[in-house]
Amino acid sequence: MKSLYVVIVGCGRLGSHLANLLSREGHRVVVIDQAGASFGKLSSETFSGFRVQGDASEPAILRKAKIDQADLLITATHADNVNLMVALVAKRVFGVQHVMARVYDPSREQMYHDLGLETVCPTLIAGEAFFKLVYRAIEGGGAVK
Amino acid sequence: MKVIIIGGGRSLYFLAQTFRKKGHAVTIINRDAAECTKLAQQIDATIVHGDGSDQRILEEAGARAAAVVLAATPSDPDNLIACQLAKTRFTVPRAIALVNDPDNQSIFRQLGIDAISTALTVASLIEQRATLDQVTDLIPAGDGKVTISEVTLTESFSFAGRPVAEIEFPRDALIAVVIRNGETVIPRGDTELRVGDRVLLVTLSDSHERALNILTGE
Repeated sequence: MKSLYVVIVGCGRLGSHLANLLSREGHRVVVIDQAGASFGKLSSETFSGFRVQGDASEPAILRKAKIDQADLLITATHADNVNLMVALVAKRVFGVQHVMARVYDPSREQMYHDLGLETVCPTLIAGEAFFKLVYRAIEGGGAVK
Repeated sequence: MKVIIIGGGRSLYFLAQTFRKKGHAVTIINRDAAECTKLAQQIDATIVHGDGSDQRILEEAGARAAAVVLAATPSDPDNLIACQLAKTRFTVPRAIALVNDPDNQSIFRQLGIDAISTALTVASLIEQRATLDQVTDLIPAGDGKVTISEVTLTESFSFAGRPVAEIEFPRDALIAVVIRNGETVIPRGDTELRVGDRVLLVTLSDSHERALNILTGE
């Protein structure tokens, strides 16, 4: 597999986890986060990428992360609108080929699709997982009396 | 017309008042419950408490019937999404974002959203006024490509007493109006310009400085 230049926006639990994984796989990773303390979640053993501190909704910060050279961008901040805006700007303005965004609010997910963005919605994924577990419990455990 | 303003603070309050005084129907969307209560007492407008980048809130605010949506929160991402929704979901004719980071003005425009940066607009107005005392009322028009300014001619204007046609003016500059002793004249080639005249100058931005230099004699 070819080594990719990946920009990850948001260094929370998800962002840092992805950054550690992708860096270990040999990809060049840049992580952007507003709070410097968040970079503590990056593993000193597996993460060999770069850290940029700042607000990714400011174009200057994206340029600092050399966004125009990125093959892939993942937005994983806690704010849906920030994730959407940064993903849109990366795709339409800086021409990043692959753009993926996390979105919490399922009602916003439709708009992401309308705008041609790939999304992962943890709310829907957790919902489906629980739904399956509930059915398994009912059918297998004789919960219905 | 119906105007929806998303945001809060003093300047937005006065902006809403200005629209009201001009006879427009105003709806304000604000996230802060206490500010909403206060606004409802202060201004004759519909106040909606909620997130202006949420489709349901925009719907509740009557976005379908709005002529203008102005998104002016302190968050550029929120403003972008609100405008995007207004445009695509509610087909609002004009969705305008007031951007905080001046860099986002051109970024938003590339994404198809009208954007105004207060910082850029005010800075350029102040810059233009501060450099030339005898030049007033500079209005940038046509996306900043056209500048309209009023210049008072002084002794240093070297074409005083000579007809307009003789002034070696750049191509993209035009003296649109001459104001003399309270009388306004649309000048023709043979109109003479005198010291003390106030002239209304219309230029494209590239020719602006040269035309101004000729009129001010600098």
